[in-house]
Amino acid sequence: MRTFKRPESLYDNSTHYCPGCGHGIAHRLVAQVIDELGIREKVIGVAPVGCAVVAYDYWNFDCSEAAHGRALAVATAIKRVHPENIVFTYQGDGDLAAIGTNETIHAANRGENLTVIFINNAVYGMTGGQMAPTTLLHQKTSTSLEGRNAALHGYPLKISEMLALLPGVCYIERVAFDSPQGILKAQQAVKLAFENQINNLGFSLVEILSPCPTYWGLNPKAALDWIQEVMKKEFPLGRLK
Amino acid sequence: MAKVIINVQKCKGCLLCLNFCPKGLIKKSKKLNLRSLNYVEFDPQGECLGCLQCAVVCPECCIEIRE
Repeated sequence: MRTFKRPESLYDNSTHYCPGCGHGIAHRLVAQVIDELGIREKVIGVAPVGCAVVAYDYWNFDCSEAAHGRALAVATAIKRVHPENIVFTYQGDGDLAAIGTNETIHAANRGENLTVIFINNAVYGMTGGQMAPTTLLHQKTSTSLEGRNAALHGYPLKISEMLALLPGVCYIERVAFDSPQGILKAQQAVKLAFENQINNLGFSLVEILSPCPTYWGLNPKAALDWIQEVMKKEFPLGRLK
Repeated sequence: MAKVIINVQKCKGCLLCLNFCPKGLIKKSKKLNLRSLNYVEFDPQGECLGCLQCAVVCPECCIEIRE
């Protein structure tokens, strides 16, 4: 019989996230992997700007905050000054794939020995559900009321596919919080991304398709189904590098 | 049989656990917690498989499973 309890790297407090939000699951996965690898005293997380801006309130290990989109620049500095530490960034799509695209591409291209947890929920959550670069075509948001139109707004940005082309990148995988099985697969991917850094293999990124029930206008279960039926077609799962 | 312990004060009533329980042992309570949210309750008489799906999918990490 298996047992399950809160990982030590996760505080026993309540999050500010909406009911059914994927951030809580992602926080737990990161904490669980850190416990499994026994690196809690060595790890330094870099929190983004976005819904997860106060992620450090939930994790029981050292964290730093970065300006919007600059998490990988801050993480690069921390890792270079403290190479013995395990440094990771936790970023949403507004942070990593919009305002922080520049930092993301250059950190990956330099092959920084970092781990990136990229939460893709296809909208800007914190500011009110506006269209993000990752918003799907025809997806309605508060700034694309008729749905995203390719002629007007361009196409969804597939940052993981772009980064997989760079020689400095060691590991890229896209996973989805569409079911308990998907969450367990995501946990394996997050663990591998941390192991790569421990083994000095270079830049690793795990993109997680994560539900935002509030701004998708769906109930939490329907949001998971939407990932399975719609989002995975635009953002296919699997190991990209 | 596994024992499911739910921290009802942390529960936000998203009902994901309820949707994934293969035995239907989790129900939405009519009672409210201190945050005025309808939390979920586990049926202690039910035969829990210990599959962990409810705990894995819980965004608030408020479900603990013991033997």
